[in-house]
Amino acid sequence: MTDFDTLSLWVAVPVGLLLVLGSTLTLLGTVGLVQLKSFYDRLHAPTLGTSWGTAGVLLASILLFSALDGRAVLHELVIGIFLLITTPVTLMLLGRAALHRDRAEKVRGIPPARARGDAGSDG
Amino acid sequence: MMALALTFAFGCFAVALLLNLIHLLRAPTLPDRILAVDTMVVNTIALIVLYGVKTASGLNFEAAMLLAMTGFVSTVAFCKFLLRGSIIE
Repeated sequence: MTDFDTLSLWVAVPVGLLLVLGSTLTLLGTVGLVQLKSFYDRLHAPTLGTSWGTAGVLLASILLFSALDGRAVLHELVIGIFLLITTPVTLMLLGRAALHRDRAEKVRGIPPARARGDAGSDG
Repeated sequence: MMALALTFAFGCFAVALLLNLIHLLRAPTLPDRILAVDTMVVNTIALIVLYGVKTASGLNFEAAMLLAMTGFVSTVAFCKFLLRGSIIE
């Protein structure tokens, strides 16, 4: 454990609050993942963890290292930007894959493919 | 106070990862399992960054970055497999 007591209160309080916010949102997103009923509902729950859950921890890290080193330490932003770009891509693909499978298995309550050969454009 | 916040955050991530694991084992369909694995990867990235905050070292950054990249590629490969039945066409 580092000597966090030497940090000024102006840094320690925001860092602690961001850590608590980020971890709480991640936990809530995972609870949603376990609790929600259908897959298409569950697809939305973990985005809580990927957006503000990770962002809170990353911002806390940026703030802490900037305060410890006395200069702007911004390389954690790369992870944040990368996650922001990739998460929608993965979730869109996952949704399409699930829809494709559900249509193939003729599960009830799934909207039908559009008339003009939309089923073929799933991939 | 920082130590308290760090302990709370570690506890939250531990419970979140456990819930993910339970969902991974009990999920009804294959896309559900992929979603659970993807969420676990993202939570682990945040956990690695959190460990970097705790030890106040910047060495963990590369590990988190690598995990983000490989996690994305593996999830896309899984989705491609579900859609087409093959990964490289």
